[in-house]
Amino acid sequence: MEIVAAAALGKFIGAGLAAIGSGAAAIGVGNVAGNFLAGALRNPSAAGSQTATLFIGLAFAEALGIFAFLVALLLMFAV
Amino acid sequence: MAGEAHEGGGLVFHPLDQFKIHPLFGELKPGEALAWYTPTNATLWMALAAICIVLLFVFGTRGRAIIPTRIQSVAELIYGFIYKMVEDVAGHDGVKYFPYIFTLFLFILFVNYLGLIPGSFTPTTHIAVTAVLGFGVFIAVTLLGFYKHGAHFLGLFWMKDSPLILRPVIAVIEVISYFVRPVSHSIRLAGNIMAGHAVMKVFAAFAPMILLSGIGIVVTPISVLAIAAIYGLEFLVAGIQAYVFTILTCVYLKDALHPGH
Repeated sequence: MEIVAAAALGKFIGAGLAAIGSGAAAIGVGNVAGNFLAGALRNPSAAGSQTATLFIGLAFAEALGIFAFLVALLLMFAV
Repeated sequence: MAGEAHEGGGLVFHPLDQFKIHPLFGELKPGEALAWYTPTNATLWMALAAICIVLLFVFGTRGRAIIPTRIQSVAELIYGFIYKMVEDVAGHDGVKYFPYIFTLFLFILFVNYLGLIPGSFTPTTHIAVTAVLGFGVFIAVTLLGFYKHGAHFLGLFWMKDSPLILRPVIAVIEVISYFVRPVSHSIRLAGNIMAGHAVMKVFAAFAPMILLSGIGIVVTPISVLAIAAIYGLEFLVAGIQAYVFTILTCVYLKDALHPGH
């Protein structure tokens, strides 16, 4: 019985730790968007052609945060 | 999974209940599995998305007017937007594969937006659905690369610009990142949409707390406002994720068409 309780406890702690990854992804996404804006304000004429690159960068940064979310979900419901 | 929340007495319903797949007609008996041919809510909403696309693009543009009607101009705007993106990202010879990319974009866009209707179901929250799309792109692009360039396609992993000593290391990293592509491609879409819908339902479960406790007078207005805000964000995310999925498809297509760059 204690082992089951410890496993459940570990599950919740692990899911909570995995949620830190979302915060890390938020830093990454903020970095991408902030640097894009800083560059775009320096040279607005070149900004329009780079929005596709912006979204690709955002997507890659965000994907890793989603992986963290997935780990949390797996811990909560699959393990 | 569903029962826990009800027993706990906290949330009124489980935020992940909305992702359950159930047959459209009749109920599953306990222990009975879904057959592959059973029409489910996922089937229904994917079919509705297909019908909406046909309505917009086949019947909306039927008039072929020089001065477009409102519906026709919406269809033309979407068409032109994706066409330009394929041309910009995948290059001029990527335009040949525009129908495939446009189909992917429309399907994801319409499924995402139909899923935002309260009470509906979003098939793109299921990794099973997005994995078919993601791995489909991966297999198509890989086959295309080998068909077009033969063994030269492997030059994608062998960086000619880097120093010779580093090349094997980079090749290993490139191969790993190439095979992670379909996984991240599909999980990004499913994860984003699923997370957004789950957050909405978490706040929605806070809202009826006014019935349960005194603290609800504070919690209910905040959570209703939060649902509205998150809904606005989700509206944005639904479009952006369809766009991101499509633009990454274009990037992968470009890699297959021009592996040396």
